[in-house]
Amino acid sequence: MKVVVNVKLKDGVLDPAGKATEHALTSLGFSDVDNVRIGKQIILDINKTSKEDVLKDVKKMCEELLANTVIEEYEIVL
Amino acid sequence: MKVAIVTFPGTNCERDTKYAFDKLGCDTEIIWHKNTNINADLVILPGGFSYGDYLRTAAIAKFSPIMKSVVDHAKKGGYILGICNGFQMLVELNLLKGALHKNLDLNFISKYHHVKVISNDNKFLRNCQKDEILNIPIAHGEGNYYASDDDIKQLQDNEQILLTYCDKDGNSSNPNGSVLDIAGICDKEKRIFGLMPHPERAIEKELGGVDGLKMLKGFI
Repeated sequence: MKVVVNVKLKDGVLDPAGKATEHALTSLGFSDVDNVRIGKQIILDINKTSKEDVLKDVKKMCEELLANTVIEEYEIVL
Repeated sequence: MKVAIVTFPGTNCERDTKYAFDKLGCDTEIIWHKNTNINADLVILPGGFSYGDYLRTAAIAKFSPIMKSVVDHAKKGGYILGICNGFQMLVELNLLKGALHKNLDLNFISKYHHVKVISNDNKFLRNCQKDEILNIPIAHGEGNYYASDDDIKQLQDNEQILLTYCDKDGNSSNPNGSVLDIAGICDKEKRIFGLMPHPERAIEKELGGVDGLKMLKGFI
């Protein structure tokens, strides 16, 4: 089963890369752009068929390794 | 005094650290992360780029076999010093509060920078005066310290903020965006220390200063 995990900085934690990109977009003339946040996407192939089991495993992976929950939040897409 | 310096794939400051503690007359040992035994008074997690900083700085190092012994050492009341990448490991291990993320201007910064001693009521900085200004090299891309308001309050109330970035006159000068200009903190019991600056690089006059030696001497 293919699983996608999106990790991004929590709202309220300054995202320097997002800020720099936002400035660049504004310089290019996209003046309506605001609050750019940059995250990372982790794509996993998991050899299991139960959606419930996969979700449980991936949640554990996120909490233990894939995200630093002090500053990051994650979203699991099955 | 026995000092164990733990190395991981990508660590690059272990020899500088060993040199500093050898100079202080300690019995030093560099230990590979696959070992599981630590027999030392002070455990040091030195600077570098453990596991190439893949995923996040220090995210993978925290699962190295030796880390269980490092955590046991902490539980037994042993001293731990995490320098730069080592500081990042200590927050990833939850032995210290908060997290470190990308520098505000996204640059890797490598230069001497002044820091102010906020509290000397601890072993690490006991040879320094409160508000003393030291000059110590920094070298990091992810030294931007963040902690929740509650955690910051606890750090302040318990004198766990050890060092803040400043200019030569002691005014706020923040190279990386750290909350409250924080450069180094410790745990509640003041046995686990983490800082982004590299004291082990400031131990010879010929290299620019000896302020780092003064700090490390606190452990002896």
